[in-house]
Formats: sequence, structure tokens, C-alpha cells
Amino acid sequence: MPVIESNGGQIWRRRDRTQTLLRWGMWLIGTAVFLYCWKQISDATTWFFVWDAPRIANDIWTRATPPKWEYITQLGRPIWDTLNIATLGTMISLCIAVPVAFLAARNTTPSRFIIRPLALLIIVSTRSINSLIWALLLIAIIGPGVLAGVVAIAIRSIGFCAKLLYEAIEEIDESQVEAVTATGASRWQVMAYGIVPQILPAFAGIAVFRWDINIRESTVLGLVGAGGIGLQLQSSLNVLAWPQVSLILLVILLAVVISEWVSAKVRGAII
Amino acid sequence: MSAAHPAHRELDDMLGRRWRKPHLIARPWLRWTLGIGLAVYLVAAFLTIPVDWHRVYEGLDRGWQFVLAFTTPDFVTRFADIREGMIESIIMTVAASVVGIAISIPIGLGAARNIAPLPVYMICRGIVAVSRALQEIIVAILLVAIFGFGPLAGFFTLSFATIGFLSKLLAEDIESMDRVQAEAIRASGASWMQWINYGVQPQVMPRLIGLSMYRLDINFRESAILGLVGAGGIGATLNTAFDRYEYDTAAAILIIIIVIVMGLEYLSGLIRGRVQ
Amino acid sequence: MLRLENLVKTYKTGDQALKSVDLEVPQGQVLALIGPSGAGKSTLIRCINRLVEPTGGKVWLGDTELSALGQGALRRARRRMGMIFQEYALVERLTVMENVLSGRLGYVGFWRSFTRRYPQKDVDEAFRLLDRVGLLHMADKRADELSGGQRQRVGICRALIQQPDLLLVDEPTASLDPKTSRQIMRLICELCAERGLAAIINIHDVALAQRFVQRVIGLRLGAIEFDGKPDALSPDVLTAIYGEEDWEATIQKADDDEEVAAQ
Repeated sequence: MPVIESNGGQIWRRRDRTQTLLRWGMWLIGTAVFLYCWKQISDATTWFFVWDAPRIANDIWTRATPPKWEYITQLGRPIWDTLNIATLGTMISLCIAVPVAFLAARNTTPSRFIIRPLALLIIVSTRSINSLIWALLLIAIIGPGVLAGVVAIAIRSIGFCAKLLYEAIEEIDESQVEAVTATGASRWQVMAYGIVPQILPAFAGIAVFRWDINIRESTVLGLVGAGGIGLQLQSSLNVLAWPQVSLILLVILLAVVISEWVSAKVRGAII
Repeated sequence: MSAAHPAHRELDDMLGRRWRKPHLIARPWLRWTLGIGLAVYLVAAFLTIPVDWHRVYEGLDRGWQFVLAFTTPDFVTRFADIREGMIESIIMTVAASVVGIAISIPIGLGAARNIAPLPVYMICRGIVAVSRALQEIIVAILLVAIFGFGPLAGFFTLSFATIGFLSKLLAEDIESMDRVQAEAIRASGASWMQWINYGVQPQVMPRLIGLSMYRLDINFRESAILGLVGAGGIGATLNTAFDRYEYDTAAAILIIIIVIVMGLEYLSGLIRGRVQ
Repeated sequence: MLRLENLVKTYKTGDQALKSVDLEVPQGQVLALIGPSGAGKSTLIRCINRLVEPTGGKVWLGDTELSALGQGALRRARRRMGMIFQEYALVERLTVMENVLSGRLGYVGFWRSFTRRYPQKDVDEAFRLLDRVGLLHMADKRADELSGGQRQRVGICRALIQQPDLLLVDEPTASLDPKTSRQIMRLICELCAERGLAAIINIHDVALAQRFVQRVIGLRLGAIEFDGKPDALSPDVLTAIYGEEDWEATIQKADDDEEVAAQ
């Protein structure tokens, strides 16, 4: 097909005519959609402010520098809370994610048509909703504070961890499981000897990976009142204390960098 | 058979002795220090979480109401708000994904050590690092302060976040590609652009498409929270619903988000299946 | 001791892997199962301990009808059948000792196996077996650090520590080099002789089978094509099992092996 006869000669083309037209059409529709979106955004924007943006940015920058270094003495407790939210949240979520993953994996689920879809529903719904939204919800339910943050992080992480874990379970080497089954082991023994050792490295990797992400997320949970360093950020923003804001942002940046370094190290050691 | 004799002595030593699985951490002091350290940390962490049990107990009732709200979601009462917020979220997602992906391709090429010269590599890696270290919501706060309220700030936020995510993964993919195929194209005397087009692009394209779909999914989820800080989208509506304890409206919004995310995941599964 | 009556297995895809197989294996007999790929060798072995559920027919081990057992009883029956696998199928991230002891799983409770507190009798037996196959010094190594031949020895220990009456051996040498293959086959046959075990060895290397076993079964398209002494394997028989090919060389090679071994 891609070879076209014209003027007695053969011309090679990568695609034939309909394919070419189709591709052009797709690009055209794509561009139109994008332009429409841009138009909508543009309509909803007060362009006067945007043209003024460089001046405002400059203004904020001069106010925010230098950071108010002595404010760091008040950040000890919020940093501790942030760490706890991430760590405890990750631990709780793992406790729930492990059984959910086993129920969701095709090769370990007790029932393909009832329990597996249910487990997948848990995974997709906890995963689709950002931890800040979970935090909002939990604050409405159990009041503001660190506890709401821990629970929000825990719920948000269930779906993430369970998804990666059930994919790891589906990829295990079945012959090892078969061998353990052939010794006359019970269902639980097959689990403990045949499946768990195979997914343990993946599990450790997922746990550390998620902990790293949770450190990031827990630094901003305070913006909606769920404890941690974000609370300080919110109150500083409210009173436009820019030197404090810049210091907090630096601390958050540092925390993110450190947690990423730790997680990379630990994952490197496991694999 | 000469080795048989010492081996049997070894066996005699071992018979009757208890067998324990070797510990994961061989040095006992390190094992105990880590174990006790972990226990102390956990106790300290639990003790420093202030919990108002009375408030929690009262909250359980509200929590249950929220769960019940999922069985009777209210799409109607605030229909106009929900529709407007959702459309704004989707528009921001689409526009930001397109721009973000378009920018991350050159940056991803520049951040791959095997095809970019060192100065370019350093600059691109720097951009990636900054973008990854700053979370969406913080960027959004700053951009709202600079550009004012509205979806433009959200659009910039999501584009910026997309660049960090996609460029890094694209660069890693290019770095781990098959060298031989790329070398073969280079050996044919191709220019740099031709080399990228024929030697690199075919190898990384499927993954780039998969990652782009995944990022679209993430951008949509993130767009749902940008409204909390005034950067447009459904977040503002959701926040209002929570503030007014309108759980049935909140449930409706959450259900819409979940359904759209599921749809996007299904779609990206289809597309990834086709390109691979 | 083992009796298959009219065993049938049809997979969900409609492939008929076994069509009405009848077989009787007396106590202490080592039997080789040969045949082309897809003849149903693996299926036959797995239908015996019901890793694959047979579609029809009966399997008798001594006085128990395996094919009629419930889950609990099946687990107890599986303890009497040790199994050795093609790709060793060791749990790679566990130590050699844990792998060997996992053969006792059917005898100990969950909690005991979970905390690795096996009865001293089992631990001693594990050490004796590892010593017998020459891997005693490897006991605390992780299984994925071992070479192919060493892994298969651990696999043999795991099967034997079950104190089985019957060994089911699925392509024990398929992933091994010729020398190690022969060592492994010899080891299996010696151990069967020492303990008076019956064994069904599923193997594709005809020469190796001829050399070590007392009886050969030829399987073709899920049906028994040949049943007899190894020296009755003539080119005609092999053609009936595998199809047309020059078989003289294969049989010749078996004779050469005999001479090499005698030297």
C-alpha cells in the first residue's frame, strides 16, 4: 500500500493516503481542543494582574529574602509532627494494603467475581483522591490535628501500595508455589513459604518509595489544618510574613531532598 | 571418596544441634539497636499525637453519615457549581498536559547523559530537580500570589509539575535504551536531528505515550486540589461542600473524580496496549 | 502401589492432554516416562498429586483413592509423594536449609513453620540428607547462590525429607549440562534404591532414561504407546513414539555411555 504509482515511477511513502489524512485529522482535532482550552483559561484570567506579575514577583522576592533564620526554633515540633504523619501513615496503610493486595491479585484472590472487584474498587477509590482531600474530609469528621493527617496519608497510600503490591504478586514464579503445594502444605503455609519470600523485596521497595512520597505530602497537609509544618506555612501566609514563608519552604525542600536520598539508598540496598 | 571422612565428622557435629534461620542483620548489637530504636520511636510518635477522643467519638457519627452519603450522592443541588468546576479542572488538565509534555520532550532529551553534552545535561537536570522538589500545591500558592486567582495559576502549576515528572522518566528511558540501534543510525551518517528521529524516537515512543497518559491522569487528580488555594478547578466547590457539611454533594464530586480517573486508566491501558 | 485407571485430562481450551491412561507401578520400581513435547508427560505427573485436576478416571496410591480426596485429605496424601521439578522450583530467596525443611510443611503446624521452629528430628534428617548429597556446608546459603546441579540436589532433599512412598520427577535434567544430568539421575536412582521408593521420572533424554531405569513408558498424544524394559527400545518403537528419525545414533550413544561408565 505505501508504495504509490505516479508518473510511471514508484514513490515510497511511510503511510498511505487514508492513514495520512487520519493523522492530519487527529492533529487538527488535538490542536483545536487545546486552543479551546487555552481560550477558556484566558477568558477566566484577569490579564491586568498577569501583566503586573513581574513586579509582584519581584516585590515578593524582596520581602521574602533573607529568610527569618531565628524562626527555625519554632519549627522543631512541626517537623517532628510531619515526620510522624508520614511514617505512621505509611505503616498503617501497609497493614491494610497487604491483605487488599492479596485479595486483588488474580492468583491469590479467594473469589474472582466478588472479592477481586471489591478490592480493586478500594484501590482505585483511595488512589484517585488526593491526600489533601482526604485530610479535608477527615478534619470535618474527627477535627483538625495530626491524627487527621496520619489517617489521610494512610488512606491515600492504601491504593498506591496495594496496586504495586498486587502487580508484584501477579508476577511471581508459579513453579515455586507449585513446589511448596506439592509438599502437602496448607494454604497459609504456601503463602508464607511460596509467595511471601518472592514479594518481600518488592514490598520493602514499595514501602520506602511511598514513605518518601508521604514525607512530601505531609509537609503540605497543614495547609488545610491536618498538622505538620504546613500549619506554620498557612499561618505565615495568612499574615503575609514572607521571610517566615521562605524559611519554611527551604525546610520543606530540605526534607524532600533528604527523604528522597534516604529512599534511594534503602532501595539500592534492597535490590 | 577421600572427602567422605571429614564430611561425616562435620555432620556428627551438626546432628542434634538446634537450627535457626540466619538473622537478616548478622551483628547482634546492630540488630538490637535498630529494633529498640524503632520501638522507642514508635512509642514517642504515638505519645506526641494529641488526640481528643471525645471529638473523635463525636466524629464517628459524621463519618458514618459521609459513608451513607455515598449511597445517596447529590448531583443536583449544586449542579451548576459542580459542572463549572469540573469543566475548569478538565480544561486545566488538558492544556497543562499538552504544554507540559511538549516542553518535557526537549528537556528530557537534554537530561539524558548519553545524548546531551555536559552543560546542557546539567541545566536540564537542574530544571528537573527543582520541578520535582517543589510540590504542586506550594507552586500553586506562589503562582496565585503572583498571577492572581484563577485557572491560569493552576495551568502553570500543572505544566511545571509535568515537566519534572516526564523529563526525568523520559531521560531515564533514553539512558537505558539499546545503544546498538542508535549507533547503527549514526553510522549511516545521519545528522543529530535525524539520529534522534530514527535512532532514539522509535525506541522511547511507546513508553513516552504511556507515561504521558499516566501524567494526564495525575494532572487531573492534582487539578482537583488546586482549587483549595484558589488556582481554579473543582477543589473550591469541594472545599465549600465540606465546610457546609454537605456530604452528599461532596460524595457526588468524589464519585465523579473516581469515575473519570477510572476512565482515564482504562483509556491509557487501551492506548498502551496499542502502541506496544 | 500406584495405580492409574482410565485417567483423562482435558484442558479448558479443549486440548486433550491425556486420553484414558492405565498404569500400575509396583513398590520400589523406577520408571521413566518418555515422549515428545506436548505428549502429556507433565500433565500425567501433575494429575497424580493433583496439582492439575484430572477430568476423569481414578488414581490410587496404595489403598487411598487420590482422585476422590477432599482438600485436607489431599494435603495429607501429598506428603507421601515427593516431587522434583524441572527448573528446580526452589524458593530462591530462602536458604538451602529452609528449602529442605519446607518438605516437612505438611507435617508441622502453620505457626511452627512460620517461626522456623522445626522438630529436632526433622532438622537432623535435613542435615543427614544435605550431607548425603554433599551440600552440608551450604546449609545457610541462599538458594539463588547455588549452581544448577546444586539446586537440583536441594530439590531432591526437599522431596526426600517428606519420607515419601513415591517420587514424581518432572524433567530433572532439562536445565543441566550432560555431566551434571547424569550425576543427578544417578543420585535419584541410588536414593530410590536405598529407600525402596517407587519413582516416575519424566525425561526427554532417551539415552539417559535407558541407562538408569528399570522400566520405560512411551507416551504419545496422551496415550501409552510403549511399556517395557529399556533395552526393548528399538528404532521402530522410538519412531512410533516420536515419529520418523534416524534412531541408531541415539541407541548407539547409550551403549557408548555404558562402556565409558565401565572403564
